[in-house]
Amino acid sequence: MTPSEGLLVRRIREGTVIDHIPAGRALAVLRILGITGREGLRVAVVMNVESRRLGRKDIVKVEGRHLSSEEVNRIALIAPSATINIVKGYQVIEKKRVKLPSVIEGIVACTNPTCITRKPREPLRPRFRILAERPLQLQCTYCGTIIDEEDVLEQLEEAGEERR
Amino acid sequence: MPRGNWEGRDAISILDFTRDDLEELFDVAARMKEMLQRGRVPRLLEGRIVALAFFEPSTRTRLSFETAAKRLGAETIGFAGEEATSLAKGENLADTIRMLDGYADAIVIRHRYEGSALYAAEVAEKPVINAGDGKQHHPTQAMLDLYTVKELFGTIDGLVYGVLGDLRFGRAASSFILALTLYQPRKLYLISPPLLRARPEVRARLDEAGIDYEEVSKLDDVLGELDVLYVTRIQRERFPDPREYEKVRGSYRVTRELLERGAKPELRVLHPLPRVDEIAANVDSSRYAAYFLQARNGVPVRMALLSLILGAEV
Repeated sequence: MTPSEGLLVRRIREGTVIDHIPAGRALAVLRILGITGREGLRVAVVMNVESRRLGRKDIVKVEGRHLSSEEVNRIALIAPSATINIVKGYQVIEKKRVKLPSVIEGIVACTNPTCITRKPREPLRPRFRILAERPLQLQCTYCGTIIDEEDVLEQLEEAGEERR
Repeated sequence: MPRGNWEGRDAISILDFTRDDLEELFDVAARMKEMLQRGRVPRLLEGRIVALAFFEPSTRTRLSFETAAKRLGAETIGFAGEEATSLAKGENLADTIRMLDGYADAIVIRHRYEGSALYAAEVAEKPVINAGDGKQHHPTQAMLDLYTVKELFGTIDGLVYGVLGDLRFGRAASSFILALTLYQPRKLYLISPPLLRARPEVRARLDEAGIDYEEVSKLDDVLGELDVLYVTRIQRERFPDPREYEKVRGSYRVTRELLERGAKPELRVLHPLPRVDEIAANVDSSRYAAYFLQARNGVPVRMALLSLILGAEV
């Protein structure tokens, strides 16, 4: 983060800074993490700031929460360029890149209306295997339907609409 | 002969099997067929129970499984049609499967939702055989299709195949196409109206397997090259939008005249049946028709599968 970006939002004492999110996707990242703002966490979202690596980028700072590896890796679905900074006592103590897990479970729904995962009242979670990372292609383990990044983003947006 | 890699296996997709598995299955099926023809079939599955869980209406697949089980001395339990089950009372699929898992030694399932057989296999401890899940898989149909090709031609490799009809919603067509990726066809033509092209995941598998295939719209353009023509019905019940069905219904029809004019003498026509009007009745008595042989082969192939999966000494 450059000093000028740092000025936009103050440094956090303890928590997680998700940097290098593709511009415009910070809110989708929050949805993937299940952060709605109602948890009482202090969250800062910075959008469309200059980036040497990406041209423009978003940044999300979550105070008082450390992300698990599973959560970090889910972010790779829509922000493969993201970096995760774990902060303690105002210092970055760990820096890591996101990495897609081989199986994605329970984040996105299958787009096929006659997939068994869409049948009401069945105790099962949608599961996808990663076919390709860039461009993203996920294949439903149950019905074989292939979905892409646009489908994932669309669903995250719809989930956000419903919450509102 | 004990067959360690078969006992207790699920059969969800034709791609759960290797070419070697299928060759072994076909050897056993050929022996079953011989025994059926001699009228002497050992009761290899005496004392076993096979559950036939047909949540979706079916006649021939269900009767063929039932015949296969009974020929080998097994008992069958089950139902046909969702209204006949506790699902109509609001029970979920998982609970119905758990119940059958407690009663039977194997579960044969047909369901209109894609992925239902895999889900059932995750829930059940006993082996689950997919008898058709929505538009996705029909592995035992693909097994008997390949078996029939092998019986007719002595080989599955090196032939030119045409798969005609509904390649998008038809599970028999999809499973047959996937099955061919375990072999080395010389060429595969996917013949359908543009609306009914094979699904992306099926095409992805063809690409991955390096199969030489081409998507075409008109049978006439490729008929003369084909050794096997696999015809499927356009299934009204699979169309989410009836207007889409109206656009493609009756868009092709295989007649004796067409075959005599344009096909090689050795061409054989397959069809998973039932047919409506996509193959004219006058093809039935011609040298080209192989679909009744194909339908009959369902019993020995399913006998072979049941006995292998249930660990019978074949």
